[in-house]
Amino acid sequence: MSHHLVEARNLSFSYPDGTPALKDVNFRITHGESVAFIGASGAGKSTLIHHLNGYLMPQAGEVRIGEVPVTRETVSGIRRTVGMLFQDPDDQLFMPTVSDDVAFGPLNLGLPRDEVDQRVTDSLSVVGIEHLRDRPPYKLSGGEKRAAAIACVIAGAPDILAMDEPSSDLDPWSRRQLIQLLAGFKHTKIIATHDLDLALDLCERVIVLHKGEVRKDGKTREIFSDEEMLLECHLEKPLRMQT
Amino acid sequence: MSNLEVHFHEIGVLDRIAAGDTFVHRLDPRSKLLATLLFIVGVVSFGKYEVSALLPFFLYPVVMAAASGMPAGLLGRKLLIVAPFALLVGILNPFLDREILTAIGPVPVSGGWISFTSIVFRFMLTVSAALLLVGTTGIHGVCFACEKLGMPRVFAVQLLLLYRYLFVLADEGIRMFRARSARSFSGRAPGPGLYAQMIGTLLLRAIARAQRIYLAMSCRGFDGAFRSRTPVGWHVRDTAFLLVWAAFFTVARCVNIPEIIGSMFVQ
Repeated sequence: MSHHLVEARNLSFSYPDGTPALKDVNFRITHGESVAFIGASGAGKSTLIHHLNGYLMPQAGEVRIGEVPVTRETVSGIRRTVGMLFQDPDDQLFMPTVSDDVAFGPLNLGLPRDEVDQRVTDSLSVVGIEHLRDRPPYKLSGGEKRAAAIACVIAGAPDILAMDEPSSDLDPWSRRQLIQLLAGFKHTKIIATHDLDLALDLCERVIVLHKGEVRKDGKTREIFSDEEMLLECHLEKPLRMQT
Repeated sequence: MSNLEVHFHEIGVLDRIAAGDTFVHRLDPRSKLLATLLFIVGVVSFGKYEVSALLPFFLYPVVMAAASGMPAGLLGRKLLIVAPFALLVGILNPFLDREILTAIGPVPVSGGWISFTSIVFRFMLTVSAALLLVGTTGIHGVCFACEKLGMPRVFAVQLLLLYRYLFVLADEGIRMFRARSARSFSGRAPGPGLYAQMIGTLLLRAIARAQRIYLAMSCRGFDGAFRSRTPVGWHVRDTAFLLVWAAFFTVARCVNIPEIIGSMFVQ
């Protein structure tokens, strides 16, 4: 069994007001893959990402992480496996200092204090923000907040990283830093994004969502070459592939 | 930056100061909490006309502020923010209680003015002690101490989350009021109807944001218990700290020290 396996089988979901968000979604992501979910606003990307760590539960079908179905009973174990990076880092950073925030996950895992301190140091070092360890998160810049949020997630040593619009609100330099950082991670990566150039850099596979359904699933370059399909899904070729 | 934003950032300053590393910061949160509680009980247990006997109690916040490096200006500003509440409580006393109890030189002083002064002193003492507790221990330490001293965990966590929710609420409020200011071209104050709508929206926005933060906490294994990274343990210094202050509070409560010193000079 691989802990890194992520699978959706006939997954459907509607919000309480009746808005359908996902319809019969199927995919299987295997160990070490980097996959981007792309689609227009309202296509269901965030809803799908929220299913991967049990924030939302399937109304029909199922989501499986490493052969374990996501249910209310399994959700705490699932959350150890799937690290979630939120769209707004301000939602993710809630402790008085960056190091306290990074330590939050490892402390909840019940690790001894030495190990927690080591994980904090290692995680801050991986994302290159050791100098921010005693700073209050709300005083950081957008790029620094994003880096701190990533340090928080990797401190829990998840097998899978699920990210919701990781490059939103970043300046070009911070965005480039983020891409280099994520490219170095060996985790299984699942990225919901509008940033098609980021998907081109980081993901070998792309799943296109349109109105809650999987419109196409395939190799990144092949998908981005299908201009007609992209246009139908309110998308366009990444800037780098435009002539 | 609006006044609201300035005050919001100043709340965060307490968190930063709480991360210091002085003798007071290193004390076990329980010893500081117990000393603060004893202090507050001592201060509020005096009669309503007592003023002079309260003066020695100022030693505690002064020593704690000096030893912990808490800026006096910050403490003063925080006291000023809360001062209207104390003034509201005592402001009618001089009008309702006009019986002359003493005189300062030729000026007669009524019981109302004495009780009003007493209320202001007690407010300054108790609020500064509470601020010093949070500023030298951090809200996490205070909640940890509450739990260790027998408060049910659910209440301790509620207290902690309430403090965090303040930041969420203030942050959402700042965003909304900034947006309103940006489009209030005439500078005229909006009617109460708009404020009522904004407060309703603020509540809904803050709840939605709090839910996202709770999700972030759940994603990182939050199970209802807050765990601290700072190693805590009761040492001899904690016992000594508590005993010294408890002894001082007891003496200051039972004996009117300024009166004794004054009578020595008069003799």
